[in-house]
Amino acid sequence: MKPIKMALLLSSSIALAGQGALAQGDYSKFGIKEDLPGTCSYANIDKKDYSGKTLNIITHAIPVMGEPTALHAKQFSELTGAKVNVVHVPFGDLFQRIMIPFQTGQNAYDVMFYGSLWIGDLNPFLEPVPEFYRNSTGMKDVTPNYIGVASWGDQMVQYPVDGDRHYLKYRTDVFDNPELQAKYKEATGKDLKVPATWEEYNEVAAFFTDWDWDGDGEKNYGSAEVVKRDDLMFSAFISRVAPFAKHPDVKGGFFFDLETMEPLVNTPGWVRGLELFVEAQKTFPPGGNNFGLGDEIFSFGGGQTLMSYSWDDAYIQAMQTDSRIRDKVAAAPLPGSYEVWNRKTGKWDKFDEPNRAPYITWGWTSAVSKNSEVKDVAFDFLCFFSNEANTLHDLQIGRFGVNPYRKSHFTLDLWQGKLGWSEKSAQTYIDTLSGMDLSKNRVFDLRVPGVNQFMSALAVGVSEALAGQKTPQEALDGVAEQWRAIVDRIGKERVREAYAKVVALEDNLQ
Amino acid sequence: MYRDKYFFLLPGLVVLIAIIIFPLLFTIRVSFSSWDVFQPGLDYIGGRNFARVFEDTRFWESLLRLSVLSVSSVLLQYVIGFALALAVWREIRFRRFFRVLFLVPMMTTPVVMSVIWRTIFHESLGPANDILQAIGLGTVPWLSTGTAAFISVLIVEVWQWTPFMFLLLLAGLVSLPREPYLAAAIDGAGPIRTFLQVTFPLMAPITIGAIIIRLIEASKIMETVYVMTSGGPGTATETSSYYIYIRGLRDFQIGYSAALSLTYLVIMIVSLTIIAKVLARMLLPREG
Repeated sequence: MKPIKMALLLSSSIALAGQGALAQGDYSKFGIKEDLPGTCSYANIDKKDYSGKTLNIITHAIPVMGEPTALHAKQFSELTGAKVNVVHVPFGDLFQRIMIPFQTGQNAYDVMFYGSLWIGDLNPFLEPVPEFYRNSTGMKDVTPNYIGVASWGDQMVQYPVDGDRHYLKYRTDVFDNPELQAKYKEATGKDLKVPATWEEYNEVAAFFTDWDWDGDGEKNYGSAEVVKRDDLMFSAFISRVAPFAKHPDVKGGFFFDLETMEPLVNTPGWVRGLELFVEAQKTFPPGGNNFGLGDEIFSFGGGQTLMSYSWDDAYIQAMQTDSRIRDKVAAAPLPGSYEVWNRKTGKWDKFDEPNRAPYITWGWTSAVSKNSEVKDVAFDFLCFFSNEANTLHDLQIGRFGVNPYRKSHFTLDLWQGKLGWSEKSAQTYIDTLSGMDLSKNRVFDLRVPGVNQFMSALAVGVSEALAGQKTPQEALDGVAEQWRAIVDRIGKERVREAYAKVVALEDNLQ
Repeated sequence: MYRDKYFFLLPGLVVLIAIIIFPLLFTIRVSFSSWDVFQPGLDYIGGRNFARVFEDTRFWESLLRLSVLSVSSVLLQYVIGFALALAVWREIRFRRFFRVLFLVPMMTTPVVMSVIWRTIFHESLGPANDILQAIGLGTVPWLSTGTAAFISVLIVEVWQWTPFMFLLLLAGLVSLPREPYLAAAIDGAGPIRTFLQVTFPLMAPITIGAIIIRLIEASKIMETVYVMTSGGPGTATETSSYYIYIRGLRDFQIGYSAALSLTYLVIMIVSLTIIAKVLARMLLPREG
């Protein structure tokens, strides 16, 4: 008998049975403060015996998602006796390493961690999440956004382990500084406020570019953005385009017109977004138009830039205890637009309040292979991976890449109480993230077969416009042409069928 | 009994088939299929992938860019490598130390060095711009404009692979016969004339070999582009191998990327054969 089990039996006279049972036993040796009650708590998983069974997992390279996978795999192995093999793969290779075994009928991996946007390609090979886990305490706590992200039609095939979205991050020590407010007013005639539109974002960023506004002896800049081609730049671009092209009253598609499957990527809303993206380059730090995600995190999180928008990482970096800008940052929804392109009427519609279109951009997810011979072990592992104690632990470590995705993650008690954030940094973070869940005008990823081909074509087109090789209209016309060719290759009905599921999420039909 | 000796060839033959012939034949087969992310398996679609290759302007542009990059980087490597080899060929102090020192870049891992060079070229935090500013030359947008990014990739390639050229040329210099030099000295030839009329002609076969080997290697440039620029800004540093990587492993267009690879292979074989013949005609003495 394993030592942990022996200790538990000796120390406890109460049998731990059923889900939601109170956690018992000391599991602090696994690096958590305490076990927390839940379906797959340490105590409940400890009761399983998977000796003789082997679980093969493929995940991202360490640290982002790779490190928590390795950590929880080791814990799971010690608790259950299962042999757990973890393969770490760089992001660029992850898709093909998962896809090739699937396409060739091999049972290479039981559990996969990957980008949730690949669901359109991978769903035929994924085992639906059984009812027991859909009713688990952890899953019941997942917000509707991420239940939607994990579902393919009415079936949940991905196991939520992370929540991702793009939002605005800004420096409160600048926006709340009366001296800088006065300086901005004097120079522009406008009040300094958190940008509500992308035009305002560019204006504010331009003013705060190329001078030392934080007094550290180094020049500061207005904006850090993910612009490096093939380094997730497509997500940054979609964030900028969304409020111009996602009309709240026009249903039936953001990327394509669902009826005709004609690409919308070169319509005026998209072009306007790209024009402002090109214009924003002059507010970047030197070299900023070659920034990848890591550079963006470092630039904003390190205090070089005033604003940024992407995933949580830069915010978490800025809020780390050793950060010189800890508690000097806040979160806000992505900027919007007073004018939105209406593709039905072919005109720009004006709005009294800026149109916001939160982008629920891809994040990490997990799934179990249909070919797996140890599905019970695999789902137990994922349930354990995301149990209450582990999730709380992982959320606090920026490099793990685990971001809030459960209702219980959006509490002031967690961020201010447990992590010691200032009230403003915590409250704006919670309000921004949870507010995105409530939006009725969300944009999701293009979750269709061949999504990488669509996004790759988009990234090249946008990059050509940013580099000045083409005008925004020419670049996006080129992308539209390529998208048509990809749709033709894959098959219009096949893409439409998958895209209808994305539209159902965006049009709040699901 | 006499035929038994051929069995000794079997292990080598098996290895050859396993690592060269089979993958090549498999790639040819895949290139005639529509294997893609949505279409697993080896169906047969004739030459459709190859027809697509001929219409793919991004591929041809990347090939042109690769040609400029590899020819210019190999020429620079040759000139610098030859100069360094000549320098340590002579009896100078610390000759052994310099020989090892010059080889260090080649012994480093390309991906790691590309990350380090990317840091060096970082426009606000990297030392390259710090040094330029310190001497009053201002900053250079190393990786954020097309021309500068292309030159940055070229610099890294030259830095990393000049030692290989140095090594080959030094080996050639060391093996040269002494008699022609004695004859040149008796004839009163100075160092420049000796180099032009003795050393350079004697080194011609090694020069051709070194240039061809480096051209083959340079045409496969991938890691430096991947790490430093991802082919950007725009498509300014996108080379053929990086483009094929994007199509094959990112987009998962397996059939099409096989067709791209084979087209690229044929172009390389033809062009390198022509280059080798031209170099031989230019540098080797004509018989008769």
